[in-house]
Amino acid sequence: MTTLLIADGEPAAHALTAALQLGGEVHVLEVASNALAERLADAIAKLEGYDAIVAAATSTGKNLLPRVAALLDVMQISDIIEVVSPDTFKRPIYAGNAIETVQSTDSIRIVTVRASAFAATPLDGVKRIDLGGGNSELSRIVSDEPRPNDRPELGSAGIVVSGGRAFGSKEQFDALLVPLAKKLNAAIGASRAAVDAGYAANDLQVGQTGKIVAPDLYIAAGISGAIQHLAGMRASKIIVAINSDPVAPIFALADYGLVGDIFTLLPELTAAL
Amino acid sequence: MKILVAVKRVVDANFRVRVKPDGSGVDVDNAKMAMNPFDEIAVEEAIRLKEAGAATEIVVVSIGPAKAEDTLRQALAMGCDRGILVLHEGKTEPLGVAKILAAIAKTEAPDLMILGKQAIDDDANQTGQMLAALLGRGQATFASRLTLADGMATVTREVDGGAQTLDLPLPAVVTADLRLNTPRFVSLPNIIKARAKPLAKTSAAELGVDLAPRLRTLRIEEPPSRPAGIIVASVAELVARLREAAVLP
Repeated sequence: MTTLLIADGEPAAHALTAALQLGGEVHVLEVASNALAERLADAIAKLEGYDAIVAAATSTGKNLLPRVAALLDVMQISDIIEVVSPDTFKRPIYAGNAIETVQSTDSIRIVTVRASAFAATPLDGVKRIDLGGGNSELSRIVSDEPRPNDRPELGSAGIVVSGGRAFGSKEQFDALLVPLAKKLNAAIGASRAAVDAGYAANDLQVGQTGKIVAPDLYIAAGISGAIQHLAGMRASKIIVAINSDPVAPIFALADYGLVGDIFTLLPELTAAL
Repeated sequence: MKILVAVKRVVDANFRVRVKPDGSGVDVDNAKMAMNPFDEIAVEEAIRLKEAGAATEIVVVSIGPAKAEDTLRQALAMGCDRGILVLHEGKTEPLGVAKILAAIAKTEAPDLMILGKQAIDDDANQTGQMLAALLGRGQATFASRLTLADGMATVTREVDGGAQTLDLPLPAVVTADLRLNTPRFVSLPNIIKARAKPLAKTSAAELGVDLAPRLRTLRIEEPPSRPAGIIVASVAELVARLREAAVLP
C-alpha cells in the first residue's frame, strides 16, 4: 500500500494525517498553489504503483484531483472528515446536515481531505517525488492576483472572527473586526451576505461552498446563521454568537450567545481582552 | 458558437433535510426541489453570452428522473434553446455524469461547456473537471468572470487567497462560482414559451455509458450534535467563560 499525497501548502500537513491513516507508505508530490491541472493530471495519472492519491480540499486540490480521477476511471471521494478504513470514508453531504459513510469499489482511491477535520503532521522526512507542471496548450496563466492579507490564514487559524450583513459597511466591518482580530491573533471571515455587500474579499466567505473552518474559537458577529454558513463552521470547538436578534438560528449552534448591538458589544469585547 | 450547459435537480437550498432514522438515507420525499444554484449561474452566463452576440445556440442537459424535465424547462424558460434529458432513476455520481456529458459533447460538438462548480446535495465538486479530462480539454473551475474572444476563453477563477486569470483555447470547460452573475427570474410568458421548445429524451444505455455507482453508501447519519449553549448577560461574563474554556490567547 503506497499513497501519493499532493501537497500545495500548509493544508497538506492535515491531509498527510489522513494519508497516513490509510496505512502504508506516503510519497509527497509538491505542487505550486497556483498549479494548473491539465499537464499535472496527465503526469500523475501515468505514475504507477500508487493505491491511493490524496490532497487537501484546497482550490488547487479540488481543481486537480477530479481530473486525475477521470483519467484513471476512478470515482473520487471529496472532502472526507474521517478515514474509517483504507477504502471507507466519512464525508458531509447536504451542507453538513448529513454525514455519509462511503466505500470505494475502485482499485485506486482518490480522496480530497477537509483539512480542518484532521490534525497536522509535519511533512519532514516524507519521500518526495517531482513532476513537471504549469502551462500547457490547454490553458495558460494570464495573471495571479493574490489578495494582500496580514491576518492568519482562515483555514488553519486557531481563532476566527466573522462578520455578517449587520455591519452595514466595509468601513464599519474593518473598524470593528480588525482590532478584535488583532488582539486575538485571529483570522477574519465573513458570511455570504457580507461578501455580497463588499465588506470582505470573496475568499473570506465561510460556508458550504466557501471556506470550511473548525478553529478552537469561532466568533460570529452580526451573522444570522443560514444553513450554508453553518455548514462552514459547525465543527468549531467553541462558537460564540453576537447578534441583536435573539431568535437568530446562529444561537442554536452557539456555545455562548450574547444578544445585543454589535456596534457597542464588539468594542467592549476588544477592550476587555 | 454553441454552448452546452448541464443542470441538476436538487433539494432546494433552503430546505433542511432530515436523516432517516434507519441510516439508509435522507428523507427528501416532501422536499421542495429546484435547479442546483450553481447550475442556474451557469445557465445565466450562457444566456448572457448569447445575448451579447458571442454565442448562437445553447443546449441544456440534465441527467435524472422524468421530473428533471421541470429543471430543463426552467433552463429553457431562462433562455436556453434546446434540452436533452438523459433519463435515469437512482443515484448518479460525478464520474458517470461526466461520461454522459462527454458522450453528448462528442455529437453536439459545443465550443464551450459551462457547469456549476458543485451540486448542493452531494457537495462533490468534480463533474466539470472530469468532463474536461475525458474530452482532453482545458478547464477553468470556480469562475467569477468569463469573456470570449478569437477562439479563446479568458476566465478569472476564485482561488484560496485571491484570484487567478487563465486563457483557454476553445473548446473548454468552465465551472461557475457564486459571483459569476446573478441569475434572472423567469417570467410567466417565457415559462409558457419554454413548453414549446425542443426537448429530446435519451438514456445512458443509448449513449453507451455505464452509470453503475462506484461508491457504496454504507450509512447516512446525523452530524454530531453540539451541547446546548447558554446565553450570557454581558461581555464580562463572555470573557470569563472563554477564559474558563481556555480558548483565549
